[in-house]
Amino acid sequence: MKELICIVCPKGCHLKVDEAQNYAVSGNSCPRGEEYGRIELTHPTRVVTSTVRCTGGAHPRCPVKTSAPIPKALIQQAVRCLDGVELTAPIHTGDIVVSNICNTGISFVATRDL
Amino acid sequence: MYDLIVIGGGPAGLAAACTAWEKGVKRILIVERDKELGGILNQCIHNGFGLHHFKEELTGPEYAGRFIRMLEDTGVEVRLDTMVLTVTPDRQVHMVGKDTGYHIEEAKAIVLAMGCRERTRGAIAIPGQRPAGVFTAGAAQRYVNMEGWLPGRRVVILGSGDIGLIMARRMTLEGAQVLACVEVMPYSGGLNRNIVQCLHDYDIPLYLSHTVTDIRGRERVEQVVVSQVDERRQPIPGTEMVFDCDTLLLSVGLIPENELTRQAGITIDPRTNGAVVYENMETSMPGVFACGNVAHVHDLVDFVTAESQRAGAAAADYILGTAQQDGPVLEVKNGDGVTYTVPQHIRPNRVDRRCDLFFRVNRICKDSQIRVTSGDTLIAQFPREHLAPGEMEHIVLPRTLLDKASETITVSIQEVESK
Amino acid sequence: MYDVLIIGCGITGAAAAFHLSRYQLKIAVLEQENDVADGTTKANSAILHAGYDPEPGTLMARLNVRGAQLAKDLCAKLDVPYLPCGSLVLAFSPEDDATLHTLLQRGQTNGVPELRLLTGDEAREMDPNLSDRVTSALYAPTAAICSPWEYCLALAETAVRNGAELHLDTAVTGLERQEDGWLVRTSKGDFRSRYVINAAGVWAQAVHEMAAPATFTIRPSRGQYFLLDKSEGSRVGHVIFQCPGPNGKGVLVAPTVHGNLIVGPDATPVEGDDVSTTADGLAFVRDTALKSVPSVNFRESIRNFAGVRSSTDRGDFIIELAAPHFLDLAGICSPGLTAAPAIAEYATQLLAGDGLALAEKKDFICHRRRTRFHDLSPQEKAKLVEREPAYGRVICRCETVTEGEILEALRSPIPPRSVDGVKRRVGAGMGRCQGGFCGPRVVEILARELGVTPDHIVQDKAGSWLLASQTKGG
Repeated sequence: MKELICIVCPKGCHLKVDEAQNYAVSGNSCPRGEEYGRIELTHPTRVVTSTVRCTGGAHPRCPVKTSAPIPKALIQQAVRCLDGVELTAPIHTGDIVVSNICNTGISFVATRDL
Repeated sequence: MYDLIVIGGGPAGLAAACTAWEKGVKRILIVERDKELGGILNQCIHNGFGLHHFKEELTGPEYAGRFIRMLEDTGVEVRLDTMVLTVTPDRQVHMVGKDTGYHIEEAKAIVLAMGCRERTRGAIAIPGQRPAGVFTAGAAQRYVNMEGWLPGRRVVILGSGDIGLIMARRMTLEGAQVLACVEVMPYSGGLNRNIVQCLHDYDIPLYLSHTVTDIRGRERVEQVVVSQVDERRQPIPGTEMVFDCDTLLLSVGLIPENELTRQAGITIDPRTNGAVVYENMETSMPGVFACGNVAHVHDLVDFVTAESQRAGAAAADYILGTAQQDGPVLEVKNGDGVTYTVPQHIRPNRVDRRCDLFFRVNRICKDSQIRVTSGDTLIAQFPREHLAPGEMEHIVLPRTLLDKASETITVSIQEVESK
Repeated sequence: MYDVLIIGCGITGAAAAFHLSRYQLKIAVLEQENDVADGTTKANSAILHAGYDPEPGTLMARLNVRGAQLAKDLCAKLDVPYLPCGSLVLAFSPEDDATLHTLLQRGQTNGVPELRLLTGDEAREMDPNLSDRVTSALYAPTAAICSPWEYCLALAETAVRNGAELHLDTAVTGLERQEDGWLVRTSKGDFRSRYVINAAGVWAQAVHEMAAPATFTIRPSRGQYFLLDKSEGSRVGHVIFQCPGPNGKGVLVAPTVHGNLIVGPDATPVEGDDVSTTADGLAFVRDTALKSVPSVNFRESIRNFAGVRSSTDRGDFIIELAAPHFLDLAGICSPGLTAAPAIAEYATQLLAGDGLALAEKKDFICHRRRTRFHDLSPQEKAKLVEREPAYGRVICRCETVTEGEILEALRSPIPPRSVDGVKRRVGAGMGRCQGGFCGPRVVEILARELGVTPDHIVQDKAGSWLLASQTKGG
């Protein structure tokens, strides 16, 4: 039995996950919490946010995020993919900045217009 | 002459202006001191915004972007890079900008949405030398996320508020080493999810019941001394830990930015540091409304949006003459365990069906009842498993219950006897 | 070859430079830091004392009273914030009452005008937030407050406009007597001058001993302060002292010319220029101040700081020729800020006595003005912004300081090179958010105007870097 705090939403439910019972989750207050508890103990993932260099816009950096959660173990490696990338304005929210990060099939996308 | 001037183009101002427009107000002006709309959301590039309002998880810039696009479809006028200097009691707004010049504009109604600022080293009197390298977490966030500069390489963070936690992760991902997050209280000031995904994920230790007791370094921070504190938050001699670092980030609280409000002569609640407001976010000055972090510091932008939509709608009612008669006024009092409430006054006559009431508690409580009383009469009771000062609480009072109250209502916390 | 070389550009050095710059002399001022007013001058109570404290017959007594008279006129001419608010020394006991009588007599002997004893009630009528326990008070209407760093800057700037040279980042490393004067060795090369003035503050003993045998010992004494938000700025209307003790004038509560409330200092011996604050020191200041004004709300504190007084073992100011053509202006602790222009006058007489020829310039400049956007009327603001749009961009929202004012400072005779240099000149970052908002914007303007990248901009002294490196592999 493992105890963890759900990070799906700001509520922060205290979950209990029973590895012996096929990762049965209790303490959650929504289905997303149940999913989080199971995934967190089997193959934890995170959405990663960062920035990339950008020229010609209002700011020298453009914020980005992974289009879906990526394996937690790949976070540092994923962020390093952004070094050396330089965008040129105009940029639109959702534009793909780096595709197929570390062969996950997941992309970094821009999160604002610049 | 404008119908409505909204001071501040962050999430509060944007929501208030959009709602007022939807309700039929025509001549609306947003005055924003920065070069773009969106306010502090532009530098909050992490995700976690919008679960309540948009039912999906967005980053700060994405959340702001949705409202900015909504605003683009309206006829709301915007003046960027323009600072409001004065709001007079007769609703004249003095403003100045490099490109927009100096103007005095009049409005039928005003929404104050100036947000808040961070508490600084001086506010908490951290002793020691005065080198460079002590930043508020928000200032560091601006440098890292918008300007592309890392303010230091070895970092200690004082305060476990959400901005501090978020910056622990950001600095780590940008290659800095975050040595510790230090919190004077025995519990974190931030959300649990941020403790997990910003500290635990990166093995950053959180020292609860600790504080910074010395800053060393002549030109730039060289060391920070952290000590354990007792129940009265006094440092315990002999518990000092010395961290070799070049940066101290402070995440030690936010203060509503109410200089214009004070100057205008609007009544301020010393507990929220914001204007005293009625159920529709109207201040003591008729036709002037306050919403978002300028009224009280929120944890979630979604609640800022909801509150600001109510303020925008109320401003529209005021301008269009569709507001209900005032009727009697209930004063909302803080009972045991409650540090503040918003609103501070309720006019039941103005409440359509339900009245949202926000408050904070002064301690961590488990298995409690939120009690709403008027005189000796209990008018409502809400059970809660968990209450914490770091988490704003929200209850909804139906109009029918408010009609039972007279003169005052008191919100208090009653902890159920532990088994 | 210079005629006069001044070591140190705090208030003493700046006043000397200003005063001497009215004569046809080649003058240089050497300052080891990257800005003027960077030592004791920027961290003190900002009081222009009336002059009842010093023992009659001392240099302190004479130069305090004369300095206070000169300051009023100088501040007006050089556009230095100055407020003649008067001061009250409070008594809480019969012993204190007796001390006030002594101070009154001293003040009268020293020539301080209009001194008067008040009852406790009279004092509370003048300043309603004073403690109920105040039994009597000494009122000195001629005491005033000013902006000490702007005073120093104005004097130095005007000296520069009158032809004096200012060399920043120039630390003196040795002095050698030569036939016609002195060879001054510095971190930036050698200087030769006929006369040398030692105005090195806390370091004056070290400089003295480069030129002459030891005659005094500096005993640095640190004082800690609270600066409170403008919401507390009208807590008192006068400078509120308690009775002086062996360690100085004690903890005061006073308004500042910027509208804040200043509370402090304590007095602790320290090594060198250690300006750390301590929990105990701050607690002492807070508790002592509450005795005078119980309602001071310390939750409104926006900054703590400490300054070091360059006190000596000799008690009085040390203003004397230590060697031929070498003049000490040492031990300039309180009331040094007040006395500065009188010290400069007296120093000039001493140099004249040592053979320095003084011929007045015809075109001496004794006038300075800078734009203070916040203080203008709406009409004046509108007109200024129309003419110069940079005055329409508010950089510091707490103090309403505009980009135009920062640019104006950057084009002044002694331009700022650091974020705190900008703060001392125009007030950006002095307010309640302490630069949290305007800091990055000031860095951006400085980098742009000085033609460097932002990581070259420092907070204050050389080495006080702000930004480590660019993100994303920069």
